[in-house]
Amino acid sequence: MSKLVKSLLPLALFFIVVGFLFKGLYLDPHEVPSPLVGKPAPLFNAPVLAETGKKFSSEEMKGKVWLLNVWASWCGACREEHPVLMDMSKISEIQLYGLDYKDTDAEAQDVLKTAGNPYKLVATDMDGRIGIDYGVYGVPETYLIDKSGVIRYKQIGPITKELLYTKILPMVKELQR
Amino acid sequence: MIPEIGQFSLILAFCFAIIQGILPLIGVWKNQPKLANTVVPAARAQFVFIIIAFLCLDYSFYVNDFSVLYVASNSNSQLPLIYRLAALWGGHEGSMLLWVTILSVWTMAVTMFVKNLPESFRIRLIAVMGLVSIGFLAFILFTSNPFERLIPAAMDGRDLNPLLQDPGMVFHPPVLYMGYVGFSVAFAFAIAALLDGRLDITWARWTRPWTTVAWVFLTLGIAFGSRWAYYELGWGGWWFWDAVENASFMPWLVGTALIHSLAVTEKRDAFKVWTVLLSICAFSLSLLGTFLVRSGVLTSVHAFATDPSRGLFILLYLVVVIGGALLLFALRAPNVGLGERFGVVSRESMLLANNVVLAAAAGSVMLGTLYPLLMDALGAGKISVGPPYFDAVFVAIMVPGIFLLGLGPLAKWKKANLPEIGVRIRVAAVISLLSAVLVPFIMGKLTAMVAMGVFMGVWVISTTFVLLINRVKTRGMTGAKLIDTLKSIPLAFYGMLVAHLGIGIFVLGVTLVKGYESEQDLRMDVSDTATIQNLVFRFEGVKDITGPNYMSSQGSIAVSQNGKEIVTLKPEKRFYPVQGSVMTEADIKPGIVRDLYVSLGEPLENGAWSVRIYIKPFVQWIWAGCMLMALGGVLALSDRRYRVANKKAAMDAGYVPGVEA
Repeated sequence: MSKLVKSLLPLALFFIVVGFLFKGLYLDPHEVPSPLVGKPAPLFNAPVLAETGKKFSSEEMKGKVWLLNVWASWCGACREEHPVLMDMSKISEIQLYGLDYKDTDAEAQDVLKTAGNPYKLVATDMDGRIGIDYGVYGVPETYLIDKSGVIRYKQIGPITKELLYTKILPMVKELQR
Repeated sequence: MIPEIGQFSLILAFCFAIIQGILPLIGVWKNQPKLANTVVPAARAQFVFIIIAFLCLDYSFYVNDFSVLYVASNSNSQLPLIYRLAALWGGHEGSMLLWVTILSVWTMAVTMFVKNLPESFRIRLIAVMGLVSIGFLAFILFTSNPFERLIPAAMDGRDLNPLLQDPGMVFHPPVLYMGYVGFSVAFAFAIAALLDGRLDITWARWTRPWTTVAWVFLTLGIAFGSRWAYYELGWGGWWFWDAVENASFMPWLVGTALIHSLAVTEKRDAFKVWTVLLSICAFSLSLLGTFLVRSGVLTSVHAFATDPSRGLFILLYLVVVIGGALLLFALRAPNVGLGERFGVVSRESMLLANNVVLAAAAGSVMLGTLYPLLMDALGAGKISVGPPYFDAVFVAIMVPGIFLLGLGPLAKWKKANLPEIGVRIRVAAVISLLSAVLVPFIMGKLTAMVAMGVFMGVWVISTTFVLLINRVKTRGMTGAKLIDTLKSIPLAFYGMLVAHLGIGIFVLGVTLVKGYESEQDLRMDVSDTATIQNLVFRFEGVKDITGPNYMSSQGSIAVSQNGKEIVTLKPEKRFYPVQGSVMTEADIKPGIVRDLYVSLGEPLENGAWSVRIYIKPFVQWIWAGCMLMALGGVLALSDRRYRVANKKAAMDAGYVPGVEA
């Protein structure tokens, strides 16, 4: 009998692994909670795209709920996301600001001219310094920032329509109350 | 039309797989030869239809048929022909088709070359391979159909991921899969043996060459992949302990253990239970690897589209195949005898230690790979296990194993004499110790890790030569007779020597590149120079060139040593417009003692660029070592014994005397 038990050991181990693998199927390894969520958004002061000499300071946004979308003309996934952003720009509750990340002015303006500009304003981060403060590690990324300047949500990768209506918009409305 | 033919062929192949997997097993069980004999025709028909399906899909790539969804997602009319053909395995559906294609190639080979086994054993063997195939064909047909149409057709395709547009893409996946999937033969042998109640020397003898072939392919496949990552990713690494790499490395470790334990089972009729378990485990790990890669439960640099329903399907399949196999093992293993006994110090005990080390190493890699998943599943948060864990644990486990590698082949079967071994290895030990001190001295920096690594590498190499000299001595060597003596040593023995030599070379390569590589990130204006060691790197600017489906900025960096120019390296930054992605193409001057490796970073103002320069001493030894290991496998396979065994009815043969491996 003990011989049989011993020879059942590999099978038992295998089923333990299977149990974990099964659970793993319903987890998303890409969903990494950002350490910045719940912390004050880093302040920045950056030139505004297409308006020479003008600067944008994130302090101006105190008291408003706003979204900061990090994008670039060279980023393929941003193009996928673009139509959703255009939709967002039509929703009155949403204040969408862009951060043009490691890009050139001319190319970024080109994209906005041809595909439409969903942003209230685009700040530029040509050398990626603001990106470092925000812990950007892939473009596009979007931060939802509340009235007191605290990051409430971070989306890594493109925003989808579904995400916009099921998550982002409800959160924005909630925070605006 | 062509894609529909492919689709239909795949369905037919599925039907034949069912026949091949189920009817013959019933036939053997109920003793109905007519049913049992369907096995070979069914297997061959399955092979033919899978090949047709494969060719149909590749034809769609060839003619740029963008009405096929899979082609539209993974190819583009601008893509060079060779990459269009290789794009077949550039995505999920096609990879799975490649998987079953290779499985059917192995099955076909088994039907052709396995002749002299008892009927019931042979039929069960091929039927088990059919069972394995059913699951994968069902998976393709029900969840991942590569022939799905896209109506209306796309104007052009979304292109193959530029990262994959490389000669490595042509060879690496097929060779790797040949290895991975090839363990299915050893698996089928084990299951057939358990069903047949025939776990004996003959079973081991017949499994050995098949396992070795698969192992050779896997070794080459992993080495190709590593070499590819080295130049393609542009940061000069050669192994990242990425989940997908680990998925191929675990079967390799267990497969290596299996090759050795099969030798013991064949020679000494021992380790039988363990060998059969390893046979099951090697293929199970291949399947687990497929699951990990395909289900997306782990993050990886090999980003694949993921879909939980696919993951669930493969998981169910794993439960059926591996669970079934282990259940059968649990029921049958207790009745298997232990085999011949052996002493505490003997070749058997050394090989047992080797097996324990390799299995522990595979286990530690598996733990590290699955750990993030375990933690997440237990709600303990997101963590990632990186190279620090793997480097530390893997090295710690392998060091004793590599030390034993030097001793094991010198020990006699059954009972060896420790002092006698000690005398034999004296010289090797001295050479290794001296090297461990001298090499760091010459290289200019001594660290404990380097000293140990050099000791281990030289230890393996020197003991391998001791082994050869010993062998020659026992056969008598004087003058002209030396050649005859060397000729009379079986190829299998040389195979072992060469493979072990490969390990030594590999260890040296890893040690020296880890210990002495240098890396510099520089900002370089046109005609700036940088001096690293005794080499001068001069940046001569960047020019734009146009490739077949990309635009490129090609830098030019002249390297000179003592005022003499040795090479001009041309690293590139390529832009692939279809996917809008940028690729770094490093340029490398490989060499026996060092590689010069240059890649372009980002463009800065006024024609300046950030440039990354690496000097990687002895890095080529890593792949040279792998090639030697594979060559060792090939030599072992070429041994006379296998050719003889093929001709002769092998069943009646007992021991083949005088052959050791």
